[in-house]
Amino acid sequence: MEAVNLLSAEHVSKTFPLPGGGEQTVLEDVSLNIAPGEVVALLGRSGSGKSTLLRILAGLIEASEGNVLRKGMPLKGPNPDVAMVFQSFALLPWLTVQENAELGLTARGVPKEAAEKEALHALGMVGLEGFEGAYPKELSGGMRQRVGFARAFVMKPDVLMMDEPFSALDVLTAENLRGEIGDLWEKGSFPSKSILVVTHNIEEAILLADRIVVLGTNPGLIRGEVRVEIQRPRDKNAPRFRSLIDHIYRVMTNPQAPVEDLPASASSNRFPMLPHTRSGGISGLLEIIHDRGGREDLPKLAGELRLEIDDLLPAVDASAMLGFASIDHGDVVISDAGKEFATAGVHRSHEIFREQLLQKVPIAAVVVGMLEQKRDGRIGKEFLLDILDEHFSDAEAERQFETLVDWGRYAQLFEYDSDEERLYRAEPEEPAGQE
Amino acid sequence: MKIMRAPQLNFFRRAGIEGPSSLRLADLAVGFGTLALLYVAARVGAESLVRFSPPDVIPTISLDPRNLPNYAARSTLRMFIGLGLSTLFTFVYGYAAARSRRAERILVPLLDILQSVPVLGFLSVTVTLFIAMFRGSLLGLEAASIFAIFTGQAWNMTFSFYQSLRTIPAELDEMTTLYQLSRWQRFTRLELPASVMGLVWNGMMSFGGGWFFLAASESISVLNRQYTLPGLGSYVATAIAAKDMHAIWWAIGTMVTLVLLIDQFFWKPLVVIADRYKLELSAGEERRFWVVDLWRAASLPEHFARIAGPLMQAIDRRLSALTRVAEQAEPKQPSKTGDVVFNVIAGLVTVSLVVAAVRFVLSGVGLKEVGHAALLGLATSARVVALLIFSTIVWTPIGVAIGMNLKLARLSQPVVQIFASFPANFLFPFATLWFIKLGVSLNWGSMLLMALGAQWYLLFNVIGGAQAIPNDLREMAASLGLRGFRKWKFLIGPAIFGTWVTGAITASGGAWNASIVSELVSWGNTTLKAKGLGAYIAEATTMGDWPRIVLGVGLMSVFVVAANRLVWRPLYDLAQRRYQLS
Repeated sequence: MEAVNLLSAEHVSKTFPLPGGGEQTVLEDVSLNIAPGEVVALLGRSGSGKSTLLRILAGLIEASEGNVLRKGMPLKGPNPDVAMVFQSFALLPWLTVQENAELGLTARGVPKEAAEKEALHALGMVGLEGFEGAYPKELSGGMRQRVGFARAFVMKPDVLMMDEPFSALDVLTAENLRGEIGDLWEKGSFPSKSILVVTHNIEEAILLADRIVVLGTNPGLIRGEVRVEIQRPRDKNAPRFRSLIDHIYRVMTNPQAPVEDLPASASSNRFPMLPHTRSGGISGLLEIIHDRGGREDLPKLAGELRLEIDDLLPAVDASAMLGFASIDHGDVVISDAGKEFATAGVHRSHEIFREQLLQKVPIAAVVVGMLEQKRDGRIGKEFLLDILDEHFSDAEAERQFETLVDWGRYAQLFEYDSDEERLYRAEPEEPAGQE
Repeated sequence: MKIMRAPQLNFFRRAGIEGPSSLRLADLAVGFGTLALLYVAARVGAESLVRFSPPDVIPTISLDPRNLPNYAARSTLRMFIGLGLSTLFTFVYGYAAARSRRAERILVPLLDILQSVPVLGFLSVTVTLFIAMFRGSLLGLEAASIFAIFTGQAWNMTFSFYQSLRTIPAELDEMTTLYQLSRWQRFTRLELPASVMGLVWNGMMSFGGGWFFLAASESISVLNRQYTLPGLGSYVATAIAAKDMHAIWWAIGTMVTLVLLIDQFFWKPLVVIADRYKLELSAGEERRFWVVDLWRAASLPEHFARIAGPLMQAIDRRLSALTRVAEQAEPKQPSKTGDVVFNVIAGLVTVSLVVAAVRFVLSGVGLKEVGHAALLGLATSARVVALLIFSTIVWTPIGVAIGMNLKLARLSQPVVQIFASFPANFLFPFATLWFIKLGVSLNWGSMLLMALGAQWYLLFNVIGGAQAIPNDLREMAASLGLRGFRKWKFLIGPAIFGTWVTGAITASGGAWNASIVSELVSWGNTTLKAKGLGAYIAEATTMGDWPRIVLGVGLMSVFVVAANRLVWRPLYDLAQRRYQLS
């Protein structure tokens, strides 16, 4: 954590008086730090006090107990270091896009020309060139929120706060705008040092945030936080992403569950990704390693084969997945099964590969099971792709399918007719007899 | 006027038609129109300032119709001065009530009472007061008349402004706080635009009601003396005294013309402008109006803006800098003890005022008199209730029929609006004459007189309510085959209930006020009188019987406030709770 936090809440509580007397505790003993350069998401269901916490940090609401510090100094009144993007956009309908964007600067007394220039620049960032003179009511919802972003960008705040910024937009528009804001942040040209986003949307939190602070309801308190260690740009179809969604979803639907980071093992989902390598590549690699004594340093091997190490990795990963080898301190070590596979005759090698494939690769067993249950012993490619699509992006699902078909053919588990785009059960006796 | 400022700037920005260099016909119209208006205002204004009259010499009114334009202009000037003052008052009072928690606790209930109190009952008090203030000049009477107009307009407008300020969306409010808009910027960029729509509509309605008070206040007998101020109202009063039906017709003609002119050149353009300041973001059809189009087509305003624009901007920035909100200032903590002290003082002042008034009344008249006045109050209440029932039975079906028919609504709304603006007391002579001829007792007739002014509010609001019924619901009713009684019970009744309550509140307030001039009418030397609190106040005023004036006005206020609290408020809450569409 950095030396000075841009913004911190220290043991903040908030109670509101109830109309019928008594008090309602909205937030209880909440502590939170926002460091420079990070994106923090406050994730919680309605009634978790996440918007209240945001407003306390913005200085719009006073905490009943506890302190808010900005760069270590106590905050009094509206926080000048933050700008906010509102759920309902909060645009003034009688001002033009340009005037709305300039509003914060003119309030600061920035000269007209300078304010105009800044606003134009910000409007350019959000793709609103040419709309300066339009009135908000002439714009679509997505474009209105772009004005909201431009108005906040112009302030060059330390912390950009977003209060459910995309929830008033339709799904496609929201996804589009969210993507663009994410891109701006990744490019490093973002006009604020940090972002604090309030959302109830798990996917949105994972897409944008470096860490997700999960709030509980009644009273609102911080249940814990989940770090999002996924490379940007984030692909929400990536297995790691999907499993993080599942993880947080489980946490959110179960108030008793402890909130902690997603364990590395949990990321192996139902169908782990097949490395993109053909069966021939696997057997080739294993034969080489066996010839060299069953253990080989990877970089050395790559160098001698005049290959990039990246070219070699899929085959190594596939060997590891199938239980033919393991990785030990950068060395590939062949296993007993691998030794047997490398030395077996053609017929036996198919058999070993089949055994290992059924045992170690769940998708292969699933496909075989489905083929056996179908009376005609056939399944369409599309059907399988649909299953894979739940775990992989479209392009990746296609590659997974190709790899699976190659491996399955080698194992003599199934055949694939690329004209009909159908998989069908392989009859093991026949090819066995010929060979 | 302040309201005009920002919109004008928008006009200029949007104009951009053709080259600005050539003078066009539109310019001639706008230029001459503006000059003529300034000339009339200056001349009429000078007249009322310069002509000093000794206190005992009261100007006489000539019934020659050729004098009418002058009288009309003077009345109109009074109306606009009253409107200006009301607007000013609205901003100060409404702002204070909306911004300060403590002020709110006093100002809002006070406004509620002021709104319910019969303004005409106070005329006697204010006339005496103002005449004493401006000894030896007509200004005292002018001030009293303008004050009467002001009291007829200000409360409604203030309430509307206060409501608008209170209903500004929370996120917009947070936005101006977070982006640290200065107080001036907050007012001009957010609060004024957000409330302009309600202000204009309420101003328009109140202005219409203002004619009624103008007509009543220009000629009034207080403390056994007849005070007359040159104007349309006193012209009618003189005509009644002289039994000159011809002159009355002339006055009515002038009044109609005046109402139409002001509607076309003042209110309609303001409504078009205000329409742009709707808080909702939905794109809708822009209202168009020929005066606004003419103004936009002319290049003169644009030239003016080019010259005045930088000056305006400089002023804007200066005011903004002066009212900047201090950064990181410790927000003021409201102290609990301060609240208690404030409440106790406010309570003591209220109680001692009431005690003083009661003692004053009881020292002049006995308890028996109080009981008598209360009975008269019940009589007037009965008239108000009867009038409301009658108006509802007559106007609700008509209003619904108009409101459900888009074309009919568009055609009839301006007509109804003008009926509502037209001061009913101009029609009193005809009714009075008719009562005398047919021998109708004013005990019954006064109801008709009260209804002449009050019923329009009901009609107006019912039309509005019927118009607001969503098309889906109408189609649903049609497809389910709802008709007749069932349609009224399940769709129309609940849908217009809220606006009906609003209309009924306004109508009953108007009726109470009108009772003071309706329960005692005359034609020449013949005077008709009804048994009621209105007549009681009118008589006490004429005779200058102060304890009876205070008793009458106080009792009427109690009646109105009690009705508001016990009947209208619960009905209004019910409407808000159960019958809110959307």
